[in-house]
Amino acid sequence: MPILIATAVVTAIGLLCAVMLAVASKAFEVKTNPKTEQIRACLPGANCGACGYAGCDGYANALAEEIETNTSLCTPGAAKVAADVAEVLGVAAVEVTKKVALVHCNGSCENTGKKAEYKGPQSCSAAKLIFGGDGQCVYGCLGLGDCVSVCEYDAIHIVDGVARVDIDACTACGRCAKKCPNALISIIPATKPVAVKCSNKDKGAVARKNCKVACIGCMKCEKVCPNGAIKVENNLSRIDYEKCIACGACAEACPTNAIKF
Amino acid sequence: MFKDLIIIIMTSVLVNNYVLSRFLGICPFLGVSKKTNQAFGMGVAVILVMMMATLVTWPIQRYVLDAFGLEYLQTIVFILVIAALVQLVEMFLKKVIPSLHASLGIYLPLITTNCAVLGVCKNSLTEEMLTKADTPQFLYAMIYAFASGLGFLLAMVLFAGVRNRIAASKPPKAFEGTPITLISASIVALAFFGFGGIAENLFK
Repeated sequence: MPILIATAVVTAIGLLCAVMLAVASKAFEVKTNPKTEQIRACLPGANCGACGYAGCDGYANALAEEIETNTSLCTPGAAKVAADVAEVLGVAAVEVTKKVALVHCNGSCENTGKKAEYKGPQSCSAAKLIFGGDGQCVYGCLGLGDCVSVCEYDAIHIVDGVARVDIDACTACGRCAKKCPNALISIIPATKPVAVKCSNKDKGAVARKNCKVACIGCMKCEKVCPNGAIKVENNLSRIDYEKCIACGACAEACPTNAIKF
Repeated sequence: MFKDLIIIIMTSVLVNNYVLSRFLGICPFLGVSKKTNQAFGMGVAVILVMMMATLVTWPIQRYVLDAFGLEYLQTIVFILVIAALVQLVEMFLKKVIPSLHASLGIYLPLITTNCAVLGVCKNSLTEEMLTKADTPQFLYAMIYAFASGLGFLLAMVLFAGVRNRIAASKPPKAFEGTPITLISASIVALAFFGFGGIAENLFK
């Protein structure tokens, strides 16, 4: 008998709460902008934050409330999502250039070597804590796949000891770029497939000794570039993709093949 | 009566501070104390929730559970009621005061089943609390809830200040983040033990 009373009392209290909440949800209903939900349905829902808002809901809300007018901020969704969102809002679709992640390192097993054997936790950020990692080059890819683990699209893999991006699968969400402890990954326009695949800031001789395909900061690329889009700073060459016309002259001039076209 | 109330406020804010002496509600204490204004918002939300929870759970215990001899159901019923209540308040705020909802919104669900809130509800029903003959019991419980929330707010704001100083003083790399936060939390708690016995003896 006591158990029946106990059950009845708790059930009654629970029911009371439930009815109260049900009534309240009707009484205190807040109208949300119907466009928010429509836009939200177009977005991929990965909540990656590449658009600069806190998740897809944030971006959808900003668009619906007309705080944000750029419909092409969703890089994972690329052109299709931008077009869908533009249709919902009734504005002209903005041309989207596809972007991809790029690993600024080509230190594969045959190009560089190990200075020690690492047997700790299999994570790049852990390995980096010990003398900057087990590779000869402390700037390069640690090859333990922190970037692989955060990729939602199976677009980045460790091949031959170095991370490589599958350009077709990559959506340029930028998670790998945030994760890499050596900050090797950047997001570049897919239409300009020329890149300095090295991040070594050591002097030329030291860099070359550690890796066959290191950037030695010889400035040859800087001299041949017709647009002044490539600059050497801290013994390392970097491309300004705003100016780059993807002619490939720098890649041809590079004596160590650090620039790939 | 008045003296009783002063004592209960002093005791719950300083001596038996829920966070720093009883070690309840540590999660938001560590989680939301990075910025002073956030810590303040959380503290205010906690005061609100503690008072509302006591307002509802106290009569339930006295007039429903005790009446049926079901004291052992206290925890489960309290959690149920507090969760529903906080949900209700959230809806209400969203509709009526959207600006307050926007600033408190995330904290309200966070503290729904916070142990400090549950602790206040349970402690306001202990023997000791119910035997203060010269103060109306219910009023006493409400003041106790308010003072406990105030203590929480004090701990949050104090600790947010401590954390700001720590962030500026660049601790050794290995201590950065959680480790130094935990160590400083323990030192702040230690400092609060210095208040032990003060409230009772002040009014002797």
